[in-house]
Amino acid sequence: MKRLVQALLVLLLVSLLLFIMLRIVPGNPVAVLMGEHANQETIDRVTAELGLDQPIHVQFFRYLTGAVRGDFGTSYSLGKPVSQLIGSAFLNTLLLSLAAALFAWITGGICGVLAAIRKNSIADRLFMGFSLLGISMPVFMVAMILQYVFAYWLHWVPISGTADWRSFILPAIALGWNSAGSIARLIRSALLDILEDDYIDTARAKGLSKTSVLFRHALRNTMLPTVTMMALQFSALLSGAVITETIFSINGIGRLAVQAINARDVPLLQGTVLFSTALVILGNLIADLLYKVLDPRTRKEA
Amino acid sequence: MLRKKEKQIVAAFEHRAGDEIGEQETFGVLMRRMLRENKLAAVSLLVIILMFLCMALAPMLTSYGETDMDLLNRLQPPSGAHLLGTDEGGRDVLTRLLYGSRVSLMVGIVPTLLSMVLGALLGVVAGYRGGLTDTVIMRLADVVLAFPSMLLAMVIMYTLGGGLFNVFLTLTLMNWGSVARIARSETLRLKESEYVEAARSIGVSGWNIIRRHILPNCLPTLIVLFTLNVPAAILTESSLSFLGLGIQPPSASWGLMVNTGRQYLYNAPWLSFAPSAAIMVAVLSFNFLGDGLRDVLDPRQRKQ
Repeated sequence: MKRLVQALLVLLLVSLLLFIMLRIVPGNPVAVLMGEHANQETIDRVTAELGLDQPIHVQFFRYLTGAVRGDFGTSYSLGKPVSQLIGSAFLNTLLLSLAAALFAWITGGICGVLAAIRKNSIADRLFMGFSLLGISMPVFMVAMILQYVFAYWLHWVPISGTADWRSFILPAIALGWNSAGSIARLIRSALLDILEDDYIDTARAKGLSKTSVLFRHALRNTMLPTVTMMALQFSALLSGAVITETIFSINGIGRLAVQAINARDVPLLQGTVLFSTALVILGNLIADLLYKVLDPRTRKEA
Repeated sequence: MLRKKEKQIVAAFEHRAGDEIGEQETFGVLMRRMLRENKLAAVSLLVIILMFLCMALAPMLTSYGETDMDLLNRLQPPSGAHLLGTDEGGRDVLTRLLYGSRVSLMVGIVPTLLSMVLGALLGVVAGYRGGLTDTVIMRLADVVLAFPSMLLAMVIMYTLGGGLFNVFLTLTLMNWGSVARIARSETLRLKESEYVEAARSIGVSGWNIIRRHILPNCLPTLIVLFTLNVPAAILTESSLSFLGLGIQPPSASWGLMVNTGRQYLYNAPWLSFAPSAAIMVAVLSFNFLGDGLRDVLDPRQRKQ
């Protein structure tokens, strides 16, 4: 409950900060919106219609009460309600993030476990090399290499768009590689730690098979940090989605935010960023709760 | 409330608190040991030094000028005359890369340094003073850290406008939060130590305790954090410039080069891939060096 209140407070402050930042941009947004040929009268009228002539605290309060009801205003450049635009873009971002998370979880998990049980083998070095590549390559580099090799050169998958499910393969890998690398490294080091614990020796001494020791005793305890980290990776995924969606022309939240900036569309930018940040705060909250559920020790303390 | 990475870094240094003062080695000794024992970190340091040399000596290393156009030789593939080919204006890509390193490395170092100073000061003051000061500073840090970093960077850049100085400012405003958290938790720990207690009991003022006793003891943590934040800053700048929101032409950063090269991805892939590779090498080197530093500064991890 305390965490929930704290999360809501952070969200409120986030929206306030965002609101102030977007209001101190020099220039009257209406004048930009109407183009060069609008006369002062029209500009004044539209300014009043949009409520931009009100004091800033009134504007903020209006925005906030609207946002709570799901009304983020109307996009200047696209002329549609921001909530509607976010709604249709969110599906694509959600699909992309889920596919990327799935990729990251499966490959990261398998590579991490294999690397740990074959420590210092060629496979270990290879997997850890791939993880490091994922962590140190900029998302746009991964995306462009994948696009060049598999879409342009080999024609295995479409270059961009969201026409069929195959067009999500490359973006998901590009976006998920970074997380896969972090997860693989985390699982490897956690598993190496745990495999030296006394209870693993006990399990081995009892005569349990190697697989049983690994899956029933060791792996379970690596789940704790991994699950938390996966929830926290959510923020990184949303950040990376901005680039990935731009490169692969996926109409998601990130691309919408970029379009909003290029069109100087304040309501749209404000809506997309606020929505994404709310998702991240929710993700962190879920991570906290999961941690409590998964780890009985923290439950007792709380 | 700390994030995983921050927790690891804090945990890594908690161990040092228990060390006897006499046992602590000087930074120079630790550095030398790292370079001797950790080949990867040594090579990385060498690469970083080389990159800085290239950055400083760029005009001497190439016979072309940064903006020398040669329209008869547009989009030439790599050859003897142009080792990394030419771009859409016939400019030598290697030359652009060398000059671009000035911006990209500066962007890695300057804002990271600024955010370290800002974050460390705020974090130490929050931890030392406690109460309302603590609450206000740390809530502000929470808010900054709640944003997905790329979107926050985009919004700040939108507000400020593009350009090198604004990129510095944006990255500083983005990154001080995590530094403040770590500095604060270090301070909370050091505040309870006996020597701070002793200093307080003989009447040393709060500011002097912070300056003489707490900040120097946070320094190793902050050095590691610095090395690990530099590559993050380089990556963020390159992503911003890639979206056209960061460095503005005609000045070039590696990210901006990738952005302009993207239009020619299929006929001239070297335009995008060469600067991408440069970004990767820089990021990898700083990461390896940071890992190496953490290993020597933290005895508990060395055991493994």
